[in-house]
Amino acid sequence: MELKGRKIFTGTAKGEAIVSSEGISFYGGVDPENGNVVEKGHPLEGKSVSGKILVFPQGKGSTVGSYTLYQMKKNGVAPKAIINKECETIVAVGAIISEIPCVDSIDIEKIKDGDEIEVDAENGIVKIPG
Amino acid sequence: MELTTEEKEMLEGKHGAAVKKSMEILTALGDIFGAKRLIPVTSVQIAGVSYHNLGDAGLEYLAELAKDGKTRVYTTLNPAGMDLENWQELGIDPEFAKKQKLVIDAFGKMDVITTCTCTPYLVGNKPKQGDHISWSESSAVCYANSVLGAKTNREGGPSALASALTGKTAEFGFHLDENRQAQVIVEVPESPKNVMEFGALGYAIGKKIGKRIPLIRGVDKADLEQLKSFCASIATYGGTALFHMDGITPNKTTVPEEKVEITKEEVENAIKEMNDADEIDFVSIGCPHATIEEVEKIAGMLEGKKVQKEFWVCLARPIKEMAEKKGFAKTITDSGAKFACDTCLAVAPLKGRFKGIATNSAKGVYYGRGKNAFKTKFCTIEECVKEAVGE
Repeated sequence: MELKGRKIFTGTAKGEAIVSSEGISFYGGVDPENGNVVEKGHPLEGKSVSGKILVFPQGKGSTVGSYTLYQMKKNGVAPKAIINKECETIVAVGAIISEIPCVDSIDIEKIKDGDEIEVDAENGIVKIPG
Repeated sequence: MELTTEEKEMLEGKHGAAVKKSMEILTALGDIFGAKRLIPVTSVQIAGVSYHNLGDAGLEYLAELAKDGKTRVYTTLNPAGMDLENWQELGIDPEFAKKQKLVIDAFGKMDVITTCTCTPYLVGNKPKQGDHISWSESSAVCYANSVLGAKTNREGGPSALASALTGKTAEFGFHLDENRQAQVIVEVPESPKNVMEFGALGYAIGKKIGKRIPLIRGVDKADLEQLKSFCASIATYGGTALFHMDGITPNKTTVPEEKVEITKEEVENAIKEMNDADEIDFVSIGCPHATIEEVEKIAGMLEGKKVQKEFWVCLARPIKEMAEKKGFAKTITDSGAKFACDTCLAVAPLKGRFKGIATNSAKGVYYGRGKNAFKTKFCTIEECVKEAVGE
């Protein structure tokens, strides 16, 4: 099944989805050394987003978070792609400067944690099982 | 978004890699927020300067852009993590200093004016009413929009830098007059009288109305220092990037129907809430950065006295140079107090160095607590100086 959204930054990716029902603050909320979510009480706390397709509603917190994503990319622990319900400045800028494929305006409730999915960011398409 | 031929070429990479990356950022933000076009900006202020916040990744990004990026409009920087000249006296780690200087060098290479301040409007980066600009630091954004009547969104570091390297921003948010109208009337119980009281009022209003644009009534008069303090406080505690103040600020606005009242008690509670320190070992004035008048005031109070505690006056370097010419600087350093140019307590790596801070800044309280884990005393500038000299 195909979900249609909007390109934020181009590229393609294929991999396991890690899905958060809540927003993510990269600055302070994710460890750029290993890609682990460290925000207390966050649904993904203790899990790593590294090498996965990260699905969450939208970014939150400090604008420095854009640089955190860049740091994750340089450390080789960034997500393969990012899928948002509604992308905002921090994640959009982070994806662009880190060159991580990113789409938004996706009905993310249709994506289940652990699904094998494909992202074609240029065309804003996400392929999910079923 | 509709792009001109030149803008398309910039996006395609014909003006170099830094311009291409910058255009990708600006057009993506424009698409996200429904902008129809890019517009020229006349001034830029970039946040994300402290190495403490940027880390190696941020530094690497800046160095990458500095390979072929040059600013197209006057651009200044937000405070750095240290005084760029006098960092040793302020107890900054040499390794940190080395990295911080590399950050400044990267900006310098891009022709950014590497004056580091949250008050660019005090040192010549001062837009006119109606100018479109790209500023980042939250109190400066609020001051530019509200007090100067310029137009800016609250930019992140990379998007402000993108504006500097292209001379453009996407036209959405506070660049459009329809998004600059008051959303709620706020009645103030009594006109605040000093910088500290303006800070407390900003706290009370910010907590009550959040990001909505207020039309504030009941403030009789406000000077530059008081408005600077108010902007910092309402932006910190409410996320406000624009307010209207009846009889004080220059922007025209429609009058909203909804009205809220701030009570005397709410302002008093704000002051109580910002006071939790028993022991003070650090005093800091200049959040946002001090004006020459504030430096004169501090010098007047410190004349012939010795401070017993670490005392920082945070300010932009050009203001310190003015203070040197007037003799204020000597009076202050003779007392044992220190100048912290280019930096402030919100961005310097201070955690663990002090227990309790006294400040006249409501914003200073927020960063003193959150980032640095200090206890706080929120008081007037006179009481801050008394605390420092042990009276």
